[in-house]
Amino acid sequence: MTEVLVEVDDLKVHFPIKRGAFFDRVVGHVKAVDGVSLRIEKGKTYGLVGESGCGKSTLGRALLQLTKPTGGTVNFDGTELTTLPTKQLRSMRRRMQMIFQDPMSSLDPRQNVESILTEGLQAHGIGGDRAERRKLIAKTLDAVGLPQWALSRYPHEFSGGQRQRIGIARAVVLNPDLIVADEPVSALDVSIQAQVINLLEDLQEELGLTYLVIAHDLAVVRHISDTVGVMYLGALVEEASGDDLYERPLHPYTRALMSAVPVPDPEVEDRRERILLAGDLPSPANPPSGCRFHTRCPWAQPTRCGDERPGLRVIGTGTHRVACHWAEQIESGEIRPHAVTAEVVADGAGAVEAHGTLAAALETPGGPVV
Amino acid sequence: MSVKTDKIDRLSELSAVKQEEQGVSLWTEAFRRLRRSPSAIIGASILLIFVIVAIIGPWVAPYSPTDTIGIREGVVKSGQGIIPGASAEHWLGYDHQGRDLFSRMLVGARQTLLVGVISTLIGLTIGAIIGGIAGAAAGLGGRVGRWVDNVLMRFVDIMLALPSLLLAVSIAALLGASLTTVMIAVGLVSVPIFARLLRGAMLAQSGGDYVLAATSLGVTRRRIALTHIVPNSLAPVIVQATLTLATAIIEAAALSFLGLGNPDSSVPEWGVMLADAQSYLGIRPGLAIYPALGIIITALGFTLLGEAMREALDPKLRK
Repeated sequence: MTEVLVEVDDLKVHFPIKRGAFFDRVVGHVKAVDGVSLRIEKGKTYGLVGESGCGKSTLGRALLQLTKPTGGTVNFDGTELTTLPTKQLRSMRRRMQMIFQDPMSSLDPRQNVESILTEGLQAHGIGGDRAERRKLIAKTLDAVGLPQWALSRYPHEFSGGQRQRIGIARAVVLNPDLIVADEPVSALDVSIQAQVINLLEDLQEELGLTYLVIAHDLAVVRHISDTVGVMYLGALVEEASGDDLYERPLHPYTRALMSAVPVPDPEVEDRRERILLAGDLPSPANPPSGCRFHTRCPWAQPTRCGDERPGLRVIGTGTHRVACHWAEQIESGEIRPHAVTAEVVADGAGAVEAHGTLAAALETPGGPVV
Repeated sequence: MSVKTDKIDRLSELSAVKQEEQGVSLWTEAFRRLRRSPSAIIGASILLIFVIVAIIGPWVAPYSPTDTIGIREGVVKSGQGIIPGASAEHWLGYDHQGRDLFSRMLVGARQTLLVGVISTLIGLTIGAIIGGIAGAAAGLGGRVGRWVDNVLMRFVDIMLALPSLLLAVSIAALLGASLTTVMIAVGLVSVPIFARLLRGAMLAQSGGDYVLAATSLGVTRRRIALTHIVPNSLAPVIVQATLTLATAIIEAAALSFLGLGNPDSSVPEWGVMLADAQSYLGIRPGLAIYPALGIIITALGFTLLGEAMREALDPKLRK
């Protein structure tokens, strides 16, 4: 059994929705993250996938306490972060770093690379004098594949891939244990993506890093992750080892997600089964009762799905966890998929059920068409 | 060898040279753009001349600005409406008290520059402090910070709600007529602009990813505000300061014109000269035209430079 570095339990991040011209009145909450529990093992990579707006970035930020969680706990190597006083939290930050999606906006345009890399060292008093810091920075530049002349340069003088390397160097120079990478490659060209992903893997091997990689690109996540978690509307719906999840997706949402990945073989691609989901992502301010996914699920059953929220439960091998009441029956084919009438969701509170059958629903008469 | 390889060799040479170079900061780049802008060159030239005149004016003036030569020599009889115009000895003629107008213009430049610069500095300093505190508090300070921001900004709103000239007049009336009063009044009037501008820019910056990145590095909030947010919010404030210099000069002239300026007319100032000229507009419009031209051209210089700086600092705005 490997050591657990991060343990998140029932983490919740609710943002208040405020109204009113003079006095702010809280009229509701956007439940960006609503009860997520996960563990990340030391030296491993946890991949988090989900569509935009499902709360995966918020989860990453809440884990690092960059956004204050509303509830739940985050245990980092034996230390509870959610109740940690500001000062201790600040010194704890050395051990958990973040890589951002947009390498341009996450670098201060008025700082040169040396200053960017020195900042963290200064904040934590690492490296003593200037000469020693320079040595440490030079070593880090080498490690991320940036030339030494980069030191006096400014972010706008670099290409996208190089900027992301600067961002990685900024995180790595502090010698952290955990790195949360929020969409680390989605702003980059495909050719550069591979380079950066490989760099992240090399660094992990060299420095024994633990990653939480947040992405919407399934291929990227599969390539880099040991464990993959799938998020839908603020909650984990399935979690399994990378290969297991991709070969045997159990949750209906995961199945739909996987079926959206194109196959680079025209013949297979033509015959590939696709599950098209009907309707929009429901508003996180007013999530559906019971299973969050039941409004769009082609396998939804009249019982349980609408009124009982499924928790993650282990199925099969022991590492595969699914939040679905009917996972076994769906897998065995006992429950057949059916058409889903899309719900027209009004903005915010008070969803109007108009039962307008959208074109998307018509395209899925029997779910997966083989 | 072939032309192709020659080209490649030259390219690699060029890129090698480039690697030796130092990095170019945003300020350096902005300055480069500024140097290429014609309106910046024109504005800067006007201001350079103005500043030189303001500095050496008293030494190069052909006559004393307070010497009533015209009356002594009996050429100026303003009571009878006789104020001679330009001549070989007196390039712009006399003023109503028989003083050499050209000398008064030269010497007056210094006062005008002083009023503009000092009142802008007053406005900039107070405004930047209020806006900086409010911006930092609102952006990073949480609940208490939002409260601090609210109090400061409502205070600024009150200042903004009063018509600026009325505010300046009441301040001037309260402190008594003098040049210092004019500077304070004009300065205070521009406080809300600077405060709001800096606060807004800081708020926009504090939502940025690099602020989050600095937080996740473990940098203190105070350091983030001072080393990241403020430097990135300064560009619009600098531009505004240049533009305010122009309006400050005009407003100071307006206050002097209304009789709230320096009552001691022995120290020439363009605004006061303009005010004095109003009784003699029909006889010698030149008495009003020359100081007015001085004020307009100087204000134009500051405006041209300010607009050019705005474009240089934020290339996205360029048409």
